[in-house]
Order: sequence, then structure tokens, then C-alpha cells
Amino acid sequence: MALSTNNVLLASNISVQFGGLLAVNDVTFGIPEKSVVSLIGPNGAGKTTFFNVITGLYKPSSGTVNYDGTDTTDLPPHKIAALGMARTFQNIRLFGLMTAEENLLVAMHSHLKSGILATIMGTPSQRKEEKEALDRAREILDFVGIGKWAGEYARNLSYGDQRRLEVARALALNPKVLLLDEPTAGMNPQESQVFIDFVYKVRAERDVAILLIEHDMKVVMSVSERVTVLDQGEKIAEGTPDEIRSNQRVIEAYLGKAKGGK
Amino acid sequence: MARTSQRKWVTGYLIAVAAIFILYQFLFPWEGLPIGIYDFLQLWLPPTAVNESLVYVICALGLNIVVGYAGLLDLGYVAFWAIGGYCAGWFMSEFFYQINVHFFGSVARTAPGIHVNFWGVLLIGGLVCAFFGILIGGPTLRLKSDYLAIVTLGFGEIIPQVFFNGDNIAGFNLSNGTKGITILDPIPVGVKNIGPFDFGFKFIIFVLLAALMVFISLRLRKGKLGRAWLAIREDELAASMMGVPLMRTKLSAYAVGAFAGGLGGVAFATHVDGVYAERFNFSISIFLLAMVVLGGMGNVWGVIIGALLLSWINSTGLPAFGSTFNDKFGTSINFPSFTFLLFGLVLILMMLYKREGLIPESRLRLILHEGDAEEDITSKESK
Ligand SMILES: Nc1ncnc2c1ncn2[C@@H]1O[C@H](COP(=O)(O)OP(=O)(O)O)[C@@H](O)[C@H]1O
Ligand SMILES: [Mg+2]
Repeated sequence: MALSTNNVLLASNISVQFGGLLAVNDVTFGIPEKSVVSLIGPNGAGKTTFFNVITGLYKPSSGTVNYDGTDTTDLPPHKIAALGMARTFQNIRLFGLMTAEENLLVAMHSHLKSGILATIMGTPSQRKEEKEALDRAREILDFVGIGKWAGEYARNLSYGDQRRLEVARALALNPKVLLLDEPTAGMNPQESQVFIDFVYKVRAERDVAILLIEHDMKVVMSVSERVTVLDQGEKIAEGTPDEIRSNQRVIEAYLGKAKGGK
Repeated sequence: MARTSQRKWVTGYLIAVAAIFILYQFLFPWEGLPIGIYDFLQLWLPPTAVNESLVYVICALGLNIVVGYAGLLDLGYVAFWAIGGYCAGWFMSEFFYQINVHFFGSVARTAPGIHVNFWGVLLIGGLVCAFFGILIGGPTLRLKSDYLAIVTLGFGEIIPQVFFNGDNIAGFNLSNGTKGITILDPIPVGVKNIGPFDFGFKFIIFVLLAALMVFISLRLRKGKLGRAWLAIREDELAASMMGVPLMRTKLSAYAVGAFAGGLGGVAFATHVDGVYAERFNFSISIFLLAMVVLGGMGNVWGVIIGALLLSWINSTGLPAFGSTFNDKFGTSINFPSFTFLLFGLVLILMMLYKREGLIPESRLRLILHEGDAEEDITSKESK
């Protein structure tokens, strides 16, 4: 397993225990800068749990997370986020009764400096900061293609647009690492294809590494430079899409089951 | 778009304020006013009730920040009201007669006690309450909402009890116990000093305080902090994943909310010209909560209406209706005793059928955005 030295994120020997269940078992995993890597595996393999460890939501039972030179293992989620680690959720978690642009502005919270008194008084620097933030929010919304919904409530957007808004919100954090948890869940093949193009676009235009949890093999195989496979909390394979495709353990553990399930 | 609607609300309230001020400052004391109208007003809208309702508005706006914006339940808000009240009692009266401290006070320099200028006391009351808000919030805000509700409930019970029994704390008289602290310094406004019965001027002062809370609420709502509050209300976990520090943000909601409670407490003390511990009971916390819920959590304009309406029903509407009803039908039903039943019903019905309140923030904005969309279409078509 060749972990290159320019990993923007390196999770080493991560284990997570829920009572008697070992949801993640001694997984080491790195994300090279500006790469697109995927995490796949059957349901319950521990993929989301792994995300939750990286983003600080769960503390691992053992192991460390190093993000961009900082040990983030024991940092609270908001500090990790502020460092530039952004994520979307398997089940969409937008701020439903806030507008699309406000959703993005929330993600800029840690970048905005104005204090409570400056906000109440509306000082020139506070206004300037707000205006710049709003401009940036609109720019990102345009980038993901939902600029026209800037003033709409998040919960009123269509499913696909909500997925886009989640990505836009994550991008508003100005991340170095973008974690996408099953972004094409619930999309039809055409929508998935649009999403693949979108991932390419994000990587091309934003300096960001992308870690993708994905069930749709077409998506995984077409966008990832590297694929890591989890099964029952353990890393069973890692390699290029071609290597993974031909890996016997993977076929047994994942592809076989997925086919059998259908 | 939102701007014009806001302007409408402001204009509406300003007209109401002007009308009420003229009514009570000039018409009410006018000897030519027909006795029938005078009696009617005295029964259905006495000046004390108007001013008291404004105190409720100030506090409800503060609670709205905690409950409506940040989505945190607080069942003990009366504690801040009490602390604010005692700040007025301590710093604007002869209560601490042993010492003689004056700070731009409105009484003779020879008067014993602590006499800080009313406007200074407002600031002190607000800040002391904000401090207590942080103090109580610190250890409790980590709790889940149900437990938070219980702890705040306890806080709201304990603080008034401390004042109620605080006439001898190891020999120190903190609160004068059940007797309370009476006769506060008048309010200096430059041209004159406003005494306890100058309803008209106090009305203006209370309106200004309420306006200040509206201003603070709207400004914060539009800024970074307000967005973080709403984000926490909408989805706490997602908010933290987007870089919002949960504890700090919740604490600031508590602090700002408590600050308003302090303002309201000081205002209430000048309104009744004294501080009486038995007045600060649980029902006030519930009234305020009902006002926020009824008005539409998060919408300041609705919360103001909720506060005015429920405060009026409680202080005037129900008793006046009761006495009119009893006179007419020769009954002797104690209508004011149904207050709690009524408020409880309001809360339950609102929760069952109209969770978003009478004038919800969301709906209001949805309507506005529908307007926006129409505008878009027409502007596109004309191109
Ligand atoms: N908070 C939790 N408490 C207890 N068990 C959990 C928790 N989160 C996940 N699990 C369990 O850990 C395992 C891995 O779950 P998850 O990471 O969601 O899988 P995946 O995302 O790969 O489908 C599952 O068995 C799940 O039930
Ligand atoms: Mg999952």
C-alpha cells in the first residue's frame, strides 16, 4: 500500500467500537492532495463511521487522524471544519428553513471575523465582510448550477438541487478535502452522469481533494484515481479502479453481494 | 422585498405607538373626555396594562432569541426578569442605606443608598443577566433539550426563592425578603424626572427599549451569529460540521436573551416602582414562552403581537370580560382564574395545529419569495 508523502489527510490505524461491534477495524487510509479517491463496501461496512471519525464527530477507539500537518484526532468538529475539511451527508442535512445562500454563509462562519457588537452596529468592515461573503456564496451557487435558487428555502429545492446545495455548502468552507457520502444516492443514471461531470469540474477548478463514498460502480470506476474497499470494518483492498475490478476478495465481498441483492 | 414588508411592520407599530401616546398623554387626562369613554378605557385598556405589556414585549423578544432563533428551550426565563428587577432595586433606591453612592443619579446627593442613573442601571441589569445566562448555560447547554428544559426550570424557581428568602444571608440583607424593595429613583430624561405615575413618558421609554431589542434581533439575525443560531435550530450536527462552534453560539444566544431579560426586569421595576420577589413566578416564564410560540417563533413582529395580545388578556382582557359578564348575568365566575387554562390551551392548540405560530418567519418569507419569483418571470418575459 503506497501511501504517498503528500497526503493532505492521513488516518492511521483507525478503530471504532460501538459496544461489542467493531465498526472500523484498524484502517489506515490517506488522501493525496487534489486527488479523487473512493471508499466503497457493502452496507454497514463502516464507511460513514470512518467519515465521522475524520470529521471529528466520533473519537476513534484507537488511531490518529492527521490533516494537513495537524493532528486532528481530538479536535472538536467545528475546528476540523474550520481547517478546511468539508463534508456532505448520506441523508441530506441542509438547514431547511434557511435560504440556499444562507446555507453557504453558515459554512463561512469560521472565516467571518465580525463580532457581536460590530454586527449590531453594522460597522463598515462588517458590511464589507458580509457583502464579500454573499458574493462568494452566489458565485459558488452559480458554480454548482443552482444560482437561481439563491433566495429559496433549502427545503423547497428539488432532491437533485438539494444534493448540489450540500456540495456547494461544503465548498463554501473553502476546503482542502471534500468528503462526499453517497452523493448519487437516489439519482437516476442520467443524473449520476451529470454528477460525475460535476465532480470533474470541482476537481479541475477548485484545489480540493475528494473522498467519495459511493455505491454506483459506474461513478466510482470513472472518477476515482484510487479505490479503497471496506468490508465489516476492515480494509480488504486498495488500488486503481482496474485493480479493484479484478480483485477476487472484492468481487466476493462486495460486487458479488451487490449483484446478488439485485 | 423583505425590506418593504419590514417597513410596513415598522410603520404600523409607529402609528400604533403615536396613537396610544396621544390617547394617554393628552386625551385620557382631558376633562372634556366623555365619562363613558373614560370608563371604557379604564376598564378595557388602562395605561398600566399598556406599559406592562411592553415589558412583556421586551422580554419576549429576548426569549425569542433563545427559543425562536437558536431553538433552545428555556423554562426559567423569569430568573433574568427577577435579577434585572433587583439590579434596579439595589442601584436605584435607598435600600443600601448604609452607604452613599451616586452616579449621575436623579435624587439629591445627600440621599443614602446607591443611586445610579436609570440608563446606567439598564446596562448593569442587562450585563448582570447576560453573565448569569452564561453561568447557567455553561454547564447545562451540553444537555439534551429535555434536560435543558428541566435545569432552566429549576433555575427559574431557585433565583426568585433566593430573593424571597434573601433578607438575612449570614446577616446580610440582599433583597429585603417578602417586603421587597420599594420606591425607586425617578427616571431622568434631561428635561425632567419621570416618576412612577408618569405613564406617558414611561410608555415612550419602554417603547424605545422594545425597539432596541427589535433592532438588535434583526441585526443579529441578518449577521453571522444569527445564521449560526438558526443553523443550530435547524440541524445542530450539520452546523458543527460546517464550522459553527456549538457551545459558544448557544451561550451567546443565552447571553443576548438574558440581556433582554435584564432590560425588562429593570423596566418592570420602574413600572411597579419596586421589586417584589413573589411577583417573579413560574407563570411569567410560561407566559413568555406562549407569547413566542403564538407569535411565530423567530419572527420579531409576530412575537410582539403575541406578547401584546397575551399580556393584555392576562392583565386586562380576562378580568374585564369577567366583570362585564358577571354584571350582565348576575353570575360570580372568577374569570382571571382561568388564565392558565387559557394559556395552556393556546400552547397545546398551537403545537397541534399551528406550530409555526400566527405569523411565522418561514411562511412570511415564502410569501415574499413567491412575489420574487413572479417578478423574475415578468422581468424575463419583458426582455
Ligand atoms: N452511532 C452508532 N452507534 C452504534 N452503532 C453504529 C453507529 N453508527 C454506525 N453504527 C454501526 O456501525 C456499522 C457501520 O455503519 P456505517 O458506518 O453507517 O456503514 P456504511 O456507511 O458503510 O453503510 C453498522 O453496523 C452500524 O449499525
Ligand atoms: Mg453510510
